[in-house]
Amino acid sequence: MSQQTVSSQQAPGAPRSGRLPKINPVFFVLAALLVAITLSNPNFVEPTGYMNFLKRAAPLAILAAGQIYVIVSGGFDLSVGSLITLTVVGSSMLLNNNADATWWVIPIMYAVGLAVGVVNGLVVSFLRVPSLIATLGMMITLNGAAFMWSSGSPRGYLPETFRFFGRVNIQGIPLIQFLPVALLVMLAAGSYLFWLMHRTNLGRMLHAIGDNPRAAQMSGVPIERVRITAFVVSSLSAVTAGILLGGFAGVSTDVGVGYELQAITACVIGGAQLLGGRGSVPASIAGALTLTAIFTLLNFIGLPKPVRDVVQGVILIVAVVLATYRRNRAGGT
Amino acid sequence: MKRLLTAALSAALIASTAQAQKLNFDDPAEFARQRELLTAKANGPNGEPWAQYYGDQMADTAKFRKEGPYTICFSNAGVNNAWRVTGWTNMQAEVKLHPEIKELIHVDAEGSDDKQISDIDDLIDGGKCSALIVSPNTTAALTPAVEKACAKLPVIVFDRGVNTKCPVTFIHPVGGYGFGIQAGEFVAANAPTGANVLMLRIVPGVDVLETRASAAKHIFKEKGLNVIGEEFTEGDNAKTKSIVEDYLQRGKIDAVWMDAGATAVAALEAFEDSGLPLPVITGEDQQDFLMKWKAEGFKAIAPTYPTYQWRTPIIAAVKVLKGEQVPGPEWVMPQPAITAETLDQYVNDKMPPLHHAMCGCEKLPDYPAAWGGQ
Repeated sequence: MSQQTVSSQQAPGAPRSGRLPKINPVFFVLAALLVAITLSNPNFVEPTGYMNFLKRAAPLAILAAGQIYVIVSGGFDLSVGSLITLTVVGSSMLLNNNADATWWVIPIMYAVGLAVGVVNGLVVSFLRVPSLIATLGMMITLNGAAFMWSSGSPRGYLPETFRFFGRVNIQGIPLIQFLPVALLVMLAAGSYLFWLMHRTNLGRMLHAIGDNPRAAQMSGVPIERVRITAFVVSSLSAVTAGILLGGFAGVSTDVGVGYELQAITACVIGGAQLLGGRGSVPASIAGALTLTAIFTLLNFIGLPKPVRDVVQGVILIVAVVLATYRRNRAGGT
Repeated sequence: MKRLLTAALSAALIASTAQAQKLNFDDPAEFARQRELLTAKANGPNGEPWAQYYGDQMADTAKFRKEGPYTICFSNAGVNNAWRVTGWTNMQAEVKLHPEIKELIHVDAEGSDDKQISDIDDLIDGGKCSALIVSPNTTAALTPAVEKACAKLPVIVFDRGVNTKCPVTFIHPVGGYGFGIQAGEFVAANAPTGANVLMLRIVPGVDVLETRASAAKHIFKEKGLNVIGEEFTEGDNAKTKSIVEDYLQRGKIDAVWMDAGATAVAALEAFEDSGLPLPVITGEDQQDFLMKWKAEGFKAIAPTYPTYQWRTPIIAAVKVLKGEQVPGPEWVMPQPAITAETLDQYVNDKMPPLHHAMCGCEKLPDYPAAWGGQ
């Protein structure tokens, strides 16, 4: 453990070239799954096939890319699923069937997300509540809030202007025929979060406090501020995912159920270390794509539901074992 | 320790399989009975299906006669989906029609058997209830609690049942087979012969949903339709849309049969977004589906599990406490389906998307505001 600490203390500043040749196994798992999907359904290589897949994976990918910030810093964010629900339900209430309201409703939802992230961060940093408990509390609170706000039956539909991001495909593009807006959102959010995590000082500080908070503090990392930022990033990614999901599928009161665990699973498949100090945005996005690919493959093969659950569980465990194996071999960096 | 655990686990598994085998979701006699009820004439006031009933067996309630005002207690399985939200609003409004009712005490079990069992205990021990209404979370688990309550005061059960005849009456619409028959027959009549039907279901193992599916499968088999898949959506829009998109990539779907309409619009959007014509579809009385149906004019039917059944327990409780007869031990009420001909009566763009239109609530106090309408 102490060795790990020392080596990763050096890692953030050190050039990354030493790591490049080792490709994260999640990419192989993902590639294998995509090949398997293509074999079971040749139509998958058509644009409708893979574009639908990417469109569907976009919310989880963004959510995982946000969750990894909290995981790297040594915590969990369980409140994201209920924040997705709140975003969809809240937007439908605020929009109230008025298509012109989208432009101000979306910023309001981001403001709500910001507030949720700040509160999560403050509770964890200053009240010293473990993040698991703090965000679990937030999850319950937000679910309650969504229910209270809508009395369980949201008042409005989501107009097409709001659903644009999650539903619309831009038609008439050469080669690929069409491009889902959700995919563009995923690429934009993904690149930004990649840059923030792997090219800025914030990313280094996140890794440092996740690896060894005490050491990080001694070397001058503003632990509280960095932690709060991590929770804010996660919450904002949840709002983005909520906007995409609401766009994809419309109003429902349980859209976000289970997404927090899927996001954490995606990060782990991507090789993140659950107690912090290690994780990457592209690998988490690949983890999210892997998870979606598993669901899709099992849909295509058409196995009965119980068999599907078993297969899904086994694939998940294998993916995580692969990730752990790599981590052990790499010796902590 | 490990061996013990394995033994315990396998014992539990065997026990649960045995349980699953015991439950019969494919009962030809019940199927035939419900098929008959769908076209039978109900007793009771015309145009008020919540007060109507089939058959003429009545329960005698003279021994429960009591002077008002009454305190009615209600142990509710949960308000955890849009159907129950509409229903619960109906019930609160119905109470306002009865000046004899001083108070309605409502306890929400939040979908937990354990909580509902202790809720019922608390209500009995509180000693304030003149009558108890129970909407059980699950059938087997709540049976002992209901039996215990029966010993103290008049009990009325509705929606899901219990395995005892002790309640004064058990109020419910025709049933799951009826729902499945209405939807199945519509598909069979409107899809081409040998059509590909995709069956979308919420979750396996729930009696009222299992019977819907088994009834529909009977009809599809009878009429030679080709069921290309039976998928569980968990009532999730995104998942529903994904499943349908995947099926569309692999082949043609002529009709979509659903065991509940919550995600019908998502299923339709999968066709739209793939640039395909809309299929024959069966939904439910959820307003978003009705709106889409009205706007697009596809071939559809909306069987219902009417939320107006939430009004009936209050009506029954008041009658019981006045010593008047009520239909019993079962109060079976009509279960209409919305068709293209009757769609206009139910579609209403002033009501929220998840509102259930077969609520019989249009003339209740505070309509439409209390239901979230404008």
